[in-house]
Amino acid sequence: MLTLVVRRLALLVLVLFGLSLLLFAWVRALPGDPARALLGEKATPAGIAAVNERYGFDQPVWQQYLTYLGQIVRGDFGASINTGEPVVTTFFERFPATIELSLAALVLAIVLGIPLGYLAARRRGGWLDNAVVGGSLLGVVVPVFFLAVLLKYLLAIQLGLFPTSGRQDARIDATHVTNFYVLDGLLTREWDASWDALVHLVLPAIALGSIPLAIIVRITRASVLDVLSDDHVRTAEAKGLSRAVISRRHVLRNALLPVSTTLGLQAGALLSGAVLTETVFSINGIGSYLFDAVTQLDYPVLQGFILFIAVVYALVNLVVDISYGVIDPRVRVS
Amino acid sequence: MTALDALTPQAPPPAEVTGGGGAGPWRSAWRRLRRNPAGIVGAVIVLLFVLVAVLAPLLAPFRPATSEWFGEVTPTSVPGPSDEHPLGLDSYGSDLLTQLIYGARSSLVIGVVSTAVGLAVGALLGVLAGGIGGWVDTVIMRLVDVLLSIPSLLLAVSVAALLGRSPVSIMLAISAAQVPIFARLLRASLLAQRGQDYVVALRSLGLRQRRIVVGHMLPNSLGPVLVQATLTLATAVIEVAALSFLGLGDPNPAVAEWGRMLVTAQDRLDQAPWLALYPGIAIAVTALGFTLLGEALREALDPRSGR
Repeated sequence: MLTLVVRRLALLVLVLFGLSLLLFAWVRALPGDPARALLGEKATPAGIAAVNERYGFDQPVWQQYLTYLGQIVRGDFGASINTGEPVVTTFFERFPATIELSLAALVLAIVLGIPLGYLAARRRGGWLDNAVVGGSLLGVVVPVFFLAVLLKYLLAIQLGLFPTSGRQDARIDATHVTNFYVLDGLLTREWDASWDALVHLVLPAIALGSIPLAIIVRITRASVLDVLSDDHVRTAEAKGLSRAVISRRHVLRNALLPVSTTLGLQAGALLSGAVLTETVFSINGIGSYLFDAVTQLDYPVLQGFILFIAVVYALVNLVVDISYGVIDPRVRVS
Repeated sequence: MTALDALTPQAPPPAEVTGGGGAGPWRSAWRRLRRNPAGIVGAVIVLLFVLVAVLAPLLAPFRPATSEWFGEVTPTSVPGPSDEHPLGLDSYGSDLLTQLIYGARSSLVIGVVSTAVGLAVGALLGVLAGGIGGWVDTVIMRLVDVLLSIPSLLLAVSVAALLGRSPVSIMLAISAAQVPIFARLLRASLLAQRGQDYVVALRSLGLRQRRIVVGHMLPNSLGPVLVQATLTLATAVIEVAALSFLGLGDPNPAVAEWGRMLVTAQDRLDQAPWLALYPGIAIAVTALGFTLLGEALREALDPRSGR
C-alpha cells in the first residue's frame, strides 16, 4: 500500500515536471516576446523592461526555466495581469466555492445513487428499475447548465423556495475562515450563516449532482446485477444469512468497487460541470475567474490554474486508488 | 487474395451467425437494429436533426440573426408566439424558430468535424500502438494516458487560450478530448485480435504485418468504432453548447448556437422562460437521439453486450 502511494506520488512529480516544461514552452511559443504576452495590451517599454528583469527573460532559456521551476516549487505562481493579485491568493479565495459545490453534488449523488441502483437491480424489470434506467439516460443527455437553468426558473423564480444566485445572503454578516461557507458557519458557531450557505447550495448541487448521479446509478445497478449472480451470494443465501447481511457484506461491498473507480474518472467532468453550474447561479468560484483569464489571456493565471488542477486531479485519483485497498483487500495483497 | 479474404471473419466479433441463414454479420446486425424500438427512435431523431441542419435555409421561415423586429422587444417583455412567428422572437428581435433551426447547423458541423478529427487522430495512434507494439506502443499509450487525465474543459480552455476563440479552436478542443477514447478502443481491438487463429494463419502465409493490420484486422474493428463515434457525437453536441455557454463559442454573434441562446435567455428567465426552454430541449433531444442510436448499434453489433 505504502509503495503504491510512494510510486504514485513520484509519478505525480514527474508529470508535474513535464507539465511545467510544457507550460513554460507554451508562453514562450506565443507570438511576440513573452514580456509583451504577459503584459498584454498594457505593455509599455518600461513595463516590458521590468518584466524582463523580474522573469529573467534576458537570460539563457534553460536558466529561465530553472527560475520558473524554482518559483513554482516555492508556491509562487506569479500575479494576475488583470488584477495584480497573486494567483495563489485568489485560488484560496475562489476554489473553496467550487470544491464545496462539487462535494455537495457528489454527496447527493452517492446518497441517492447507490441505494437507487441497488434497489433497481434487486427488483430488475420493476417500475423502479425502469424509472432508474430511464432517469439515468436523461441525466446523461440533459446538459447540466440546462438543468441548472430549469431548476432556477421553477424552484427559485417561480416558487421562490430557494435563492436564485450567490453563495450566501449579503445581509448576513458572516466571518469567513476557510472560505468554505458552510464549514465557516460551523466553526464560528454562526448557525444562521451556515444554514443560509447550505440553502444556497441546494439547487446548484442538484443540478451538478445529476452528472455523477446518472453514472453512479448505472454502474451500481450493473455491478449489483453482476454480483447477485455470483456463487458466493448463493452460498450466503443457502447458509441462511439474513438479507441485510447478504446485501451489506456480500453484495454491496463487491459491487461498490467499480463504482469507486468511475468516481475517480468523473472528477474532471465534475469540475467542468461545476464551472458551468457556477455561471448559472452566479457563484464566485473558479469558473468566472478562469473565464476572465481566458478571454483576457491572463497567462500567469492560466499556467497556475492548469498546474493546480493537474495536482488536484492526480490526488483525487490517488485517493480513489487507495480507497480500493480499503474496500477490496485483494488489491492490498497484489 | 480471395482465399486470404475468406480467412478473415467479417466485422464485429467474429463467428456469431445466430439464425438468419447465410446472412453476413452486418446484415444480421441491421435486422437486430430494426427490431430495437429505442434504436429506431434514436435513428429518427438523428435523421431529423441532420435534415433540419442541412435544409435550414429551406425550412427556416426567415433569415437568421436579422434583429428585424428588434423594435417589438422591450426591456420588460419579449413577444411570444404569433401567426408570423410560431415560437415568438428572441431577445435580439430575430425569429426564434429560425434561430433554433440554424442552431442545429452549427451543432452538426462542429460535432461531426470534431468527431471526425478525433476519430482519425485517435485511430491512427491506436493502430500504430496496437499494430507495431514495443516502445511505440509504450510511448503512444503514455501520451494517451496524459491526455485522458486532463479534464476536457481544461483542454478546451487551453486550446481556446492558445488559438483564440474561433470555430476551429472549438472543434480542436472537442476532438482533443476524443483522441484518447478512440486510440484506446482501436488498440484494445487490435490486441484482442492478435492471437486469433485467422491472424496466425495470415502470418504463416507470409503476409506482412502492415497488410494484416490494415487489410484484415482494421475492418474488424469497424463495428466498435462506429458505436463509439455515434455515442461521441452525443457528447460533442453537449460539449459544443457547453463551450458557447461559457463564452468560448463562435465569436461571431450572427451564428446561431443553442448554447449561446441559453446564455442570453438567462437575463429574461422571469419574463420569457421559453427562450431557455427551446434551445435546452433541442440540445437534450439531439444528444438523446445519438445516445439511443449508439446504444442500439452496440447491442445490434454485439448481441452479447445486451443487458
